Parts: sequence; C-alpha cells; structure tokens
Amino acid sequence: MALLEIKNLHASVAGREILKGITLTLDGGEVHAVMGPNGTGKSTLSNVVAGREGYNVTAGEVLLDGQDMLIMSADARARAGLFLAFQYPVEIPGVSTSAFLKTAINAKRRAQGQPEIDAMEFLKLVKEKTKILDMPYDMIRRALNVGFSGGEKKRGEVLQMILLEPRVAILDETDSGLDIDALKVVSEGVNGLRGPDRTFLVITHYQRLLDYIVPDHVHVLTGGRIVASGGKELAKELEAEGYAKYLDAAA
Amino acid sequence: MAATKETAAAVRDVEQYKYGFVTDIESDKAPKGLSEDTIRFISAKKNEPEWMTEWRLKAYRYWTDLGDEEPTWAKVRYPKIDYQDSYYYSAPKIQPKLESLDDVDPKLLETYKKLGIPLIEQEMLAGVAVDAVFDSVSVATTYKKKLEELGVIFCPISEAIQKRPELVKKYLGSVVPYSDNFFATLNSAVFTDGSFVYIPKGLRCPMELSTYFRINEQNTGQFERTLIIADEGSYVSYLEGCTAPQRDENQLHAAVVELIALDDAEIKYSTVQNWYPGDADGKGGIYNFVTKRGACRGRNSKIMWTQVETGSAITWKYPSCILQGDGSVGEFYSVAITNNYQQADTGTKMIHIGRNTRSKIISKGISAGHADNTYRGLVRIASKADAARNYTQCDSLLIGSTCGAHTVPYIENRNPSAQTEHEATTSKISEEQLFYCLQRGMTQEEAVSLIVNGFCKEVLQTLPMEFAVEAQKLVAISLEGSVG
Repeated sequence: MALLEIKNLHASVAGREILKGITLTLDGGEVHAVMGPNGTGKSTLSNVVAGREGYNVTAGEVLLDGQDMLIMSADARARAGLFLAFQYPVEIPGVSTSAFLKTAINAKRRAQGQPEIDAMEFLKLVKEKTKILDMPYDMIRRALNVGFSGGEKKRGEVLQMILLEPRVAILDETDSGLDIDALKVVSEGVNGLRGPDRTFLVITHYQRLLDYIVPDHVHVLTGGRIVASGGKELAKELEAEGYAKYLDAAA
Repeated sequence: MAATKETAAAVRDVEQYKYGFVTDIESDKAPKGLSEDTIRFISAKKNEPEWMTEWRLKAYRYWTDLGDEEPTWAKVRYPKIDYQDSYYYSAPKIQPKLESLDDVDPKLLETYKKLGIPLIEQEMLAGVAVDAVFDSVSVATTYKKKLEELGVIFCPISEAIQKRPELVKKYLGSVVPYSDNFFATLNSAVFTDGSFVYIPKGLRCPMELSTYFRINEQNTGQFERTLIIADEGSYVSYLEGCTAPQRDENQLHAAVVELIALDDAEIKYSTVQNWYPGDADGKGGIYNFVTKRGACRGRNSKIMWTQVETGSAITWKYPSCILQGDGSVGEFYSVAITNNYQQADTGTKMIHIGRNTRSKIISKGISAGHADNTYRGLVRIASKADAARNYTQCDSLLIGSTCGAHTVPYIENRNPSAQTEHEATTSKISEEQLFYCLQRGMTQEEAVSLIVNGFCKEVLQTLPMEFAVEAQKLVAISLEGSVG
C-alpha cells in the first residue's frame, strides 16, 4: 500500500478553485518533488494536505497509510505522522524553542501511548540532533523563531522533523532563503531521515535543492494540475528550459 | 422591628462582653444590614479595644456620608448592590467533613488534578477529614515556631490587635486610610479578619509566608484585611491565594491590603486569584473590589507586586506603590485573564515622591469569549522626585472576536528631570501560530496554553517557583474552550 495517496484532489479558497484534480502516489522510501512557477497551487497543496483552515476541499481523497486524512483535524493528522516544514515558520514570542519541541514530542508520544519524555533524555536527544544540523545548541533557549535568520528558521524546521520522525514529510520551499552551506546541511538532515518507512514530498521552485535531495519522481504543477511527471532528469530539463512549455499546455 | 430588637439585645450583651465577659454570645450572626450596631457587634465579637471600635465607626460614618455612591469610573457593569441585604458577621462555619475524596464533586477534583495539586492538599481544599499520615496542621505549627524564634509575627490580624496593639495602631490605615475609597471604607468598618505580618529589623525571612498555611484555619471572609510591615533592612515574600478554584457564598469581596517597607526593606507580594468567575453565561461569580497599596516609606526600600488574576466575575484592583523614600523601587507584574463574561479593570499606581525613585510596570491582559479586560494605571511624579524613572509595558492579547481589551494609562509628570516610558501592544493569537502548533501535533488547547504562557512569561517568572508551575497550568485551564 502506498504511504501517501492523493487522489483527484480539488480545493478552493474563497470560491476560487486552486487545485483542480491532483493525483500523487508516494511509496515508502521515495522522494517526490513538486515543481512549478509561483501561484500555481504548490503551497495550497501542502496546506490542504496538512489540514489548514480556510480551504474548501470540493472533491478527492488524501490517505495516509490508508487512513482518510480529510476527516481529521490538523493536529490529528500531525499525530498520524504527517509533517509540514513551513515556508515561513512563525514566531512565537516568549515560548522557548525547547518548550515548544518538548510539547510537540510529548503530543506525539501521548498519541502512541508512551509516557512523556524524560527531561535528561530530551536534552541529550536535542543536543545530538542540533549537532547534525550544525546548529548552536543554545538556540533551543531562544524564543521559537523570534529573531532567527532565514537559515536558522529552516534548520529549525528540519530539526523538528528529525525529532518528530514523521511518516510523511512535506517540505514547502525549504530551500528559499538558504545559502549554499545551509542548503547542504539541511539536505543532509533530510537525507539522513530517508528510509523505507518514510516518504517525502519536496515542494520547490528551483532545481537547486534537488541536487542535494535527489528525488525519485518529479512532478510539474501548473494551473492547479500535475501536467507532467518524470524522473530526476525532468528537474534538469525544467532548469534549462523553464516552465513556459507547461504553462502553454495548461492554458 | 424584630431585627432591631435583636440588635439591641446583642449590643447589651456586647456591653457586658467588653468588661471581661469572655465566653460565648449566643447569637452567631450579626443582624442583617449595616448600622452602627452591627459595627459594634462585630468589634465586640472580636473583643477589640475601644480605639479599634472607634476607628471602625469613623469609617462607617464616613461610608454613610458617601451615600450609595460607588465608584463608577471603572469599565465594569454589575447590578446595584444592596448593602443592607447582607450579613456582615457570622461565626466561622465548621464545614461538614467528608469521609473521602469519593464524596467530592468530580468536576472540582478534575481541576485539582489538572493543576497537579498533591492528593493530601486536594483533601484539605475539598474539606475532607485529613488523617494523621501527614498532618498539615503540625507542619504549619512547626513553621510558626521557627518564625517566632526569628521574631517574625505572622498571625490573624484579630490576634495582632490583641497582642501587638501598638503596631496595629501605628500602621493600620496608614497606607489605605479609612476614607480612601468606597470599598476600602466599607472594609475598614466591617473587616472580619486577615493576616498580620511583622518582619523585624535586618531579618531576611527564610521562608515564603503564605496564607496557605492557614488554609484550614477559619475562613477570613469577604472583608479581609492584611497588614504587612517590613522593618529596616528586612525582606519578606508573601503569597496570597491559591490556584485551586475557590467558591464562596458571598458574592461581594472587598479586601484591603497595606504594605509598609521601611529603610532598605523589601516586600514581595504575590497573588494568584482564582475565585469563582460565574458560569459560561456569566451567571454568579464573585465581585472582587480590592484595595492594595504599599508604602515604600524608607530609603532604598522596595515593593514588588505580582498578580495572576484568573477568577472572579468582576475584578477591580490596582495594587499600588507610594515611593516616598529616596531611591525606593516599586514594581508591578500582572497577568489578568478574562474569559466568557468576566470583566477585569486592573492596573497599578506608582506615586513617585522621593528622589531617584524607580518603578516598573509589566501588565499582560488576556481576553477571550465575551470578556472585557482593561488596564488602568497611573504614574505620578511629584515635583520633588528628581531623576525618577518609570517604565511601563502593557500588552493585550485577544482570543476570538467578541472580547475587548482596553488600556487607560495616565502619566502625570511634575519634574523635568524624571523619565517615563510607556509601551503598549495589542495582538491576537494568529491563525498562523495556531496552525503551526497544531501541525506539530498539539491540540487546540495545548497550543493556546503554550502561546498564552509565552505571552505571560515575563510576569510568571517573577512568581516563586512552586507557584509559577501551578500558575502556568491555571492559565491553560482558564482559557479552556475559548478557541474552536
């Protein structure tokens, strides 16, 4: 069974249809890239799958391990193993990164019937993972994302992903705002997590990220539809030729 | 007429009482309503010296002259209170002891559990007969003994009036005079009990003094009076209230708290108030009209108020500092949470009189449901307060779209060398913040609690450790059901 199945997904915002029938099947161990120009529904796709309010799903299905996601609240989807690395991680003043991480980890553990994480175990775990991402450990004492640089915010997202070990991870423009060194570190973090029990949906505008997180499948999203699918070479082609050809096709 | 007769009889009893007739008076309840007779009755019941009775009467007469003119400037609405329609004294009730926690309202127990209150304390709070495994009374007694050895006086104010009349006489009403305001005047006339604290010169009180120790002593009632004196160079931290929800049959509460800090003394006064706020439709609930004021009378003295106000239907409260001594410091940290139909009008006054006086105000108001939350504050700098400084920060957080937040800051500066700063923000819990937390698997309520606790952090971290942990949970519980 596929890990994540998106079938004929239609969604609208304020009466305007943005997603016009998206179908994607992600198996365990796979990385799928969704590419496309701005304003074609890439972020809408990630928000709808994650269960954000304000979107009206008019048709279609989203299944995680065969479980119907669309009837579940955003937090229940997260606890079922869905993770979204945000394009613009929000600031939460006064809430330390460590308090936030701990609350999130415990929410997941509770859902799995496990006891809350022990304070020492937590600190050890975070210390180890921040090292992988080349982050200063001190960062977890700072308020979540408050005053973080663009790169720090994105590393923070990947840190959360590593700690929460999701089944399905959606990376929404994780490469935006990253310099090349940060891009490498973040990609290594993601690659370290690749495995048969996990799948990734990488949403990006540029091919650059895919040099580091090498996808198994690449899909082109324009005008709310997947207009082409292929292997990693498709990304290279897009890089060289742009989206013009697909925009015409969609029109 | 019967009531009048009864009063007359009671007063006759009282006359006897005054002259050493110390055993019981049969009536345990003062007649309904307020009159000089009622005041005398209360005073007699407490075996008070004449100066005390006179002070109460002065207050009562002043209050009568005020007519029914309650202050109306606060942004709160409530039906008119009929002051003649209540009892102002009744003997402490002995609560029926329950056999075990199984007999206690399960809803109450659930809240205790959420607050993480240890079982033994749950039993005490719920009025279950506590068995001898851990005797809270004996613990309290041990503490009391230790404090006595250090020269600390910590006792009910009625006891202090008997045992240390010279101290009470000197300081009672010296910060909040009986003529101060409608509710303080009423309190001065009819207060039934409260706490008295005296910290001797140079002593750093080694433990937090808490009304909690007196939890299973008598109910201090609706007109509580507290007087705390920190003598030169001393320090005390005083905790008032309890995170556990408290119900009371009296709707009106009008307490007075006076603090006096002499040279180099410091008083830290922390409150967690969680009285019954009324039901989700705004029915019932306590009216809390409190006057709290501290005088930094000595040089370099310091008074710090921290309050976490989550309960009551109406909160009307402005813990203030009069900074008389040169170099004295006043601080006010406040979290006020209103949900459903609660109304809070709260803030502080910092009155700078001495030179080089400093004050700091950090106020966090959180409003949800149909509630109204007002910060009202005054920073006054007198002409002699050279180089005085104030920093004020008022932040309001709104949850939902049917609540209100208001900020009414007054700044009066009569000294050109003084500096005042005021910052204010109003924000909402954003949809982005909520979704972000939900996407990490937190429930709606966990998310709100986390965000709100972050918003209040600066204030909560000024609370003593064990109080702070409970206060964080209380913040979460107070906002249950406010989103979604």
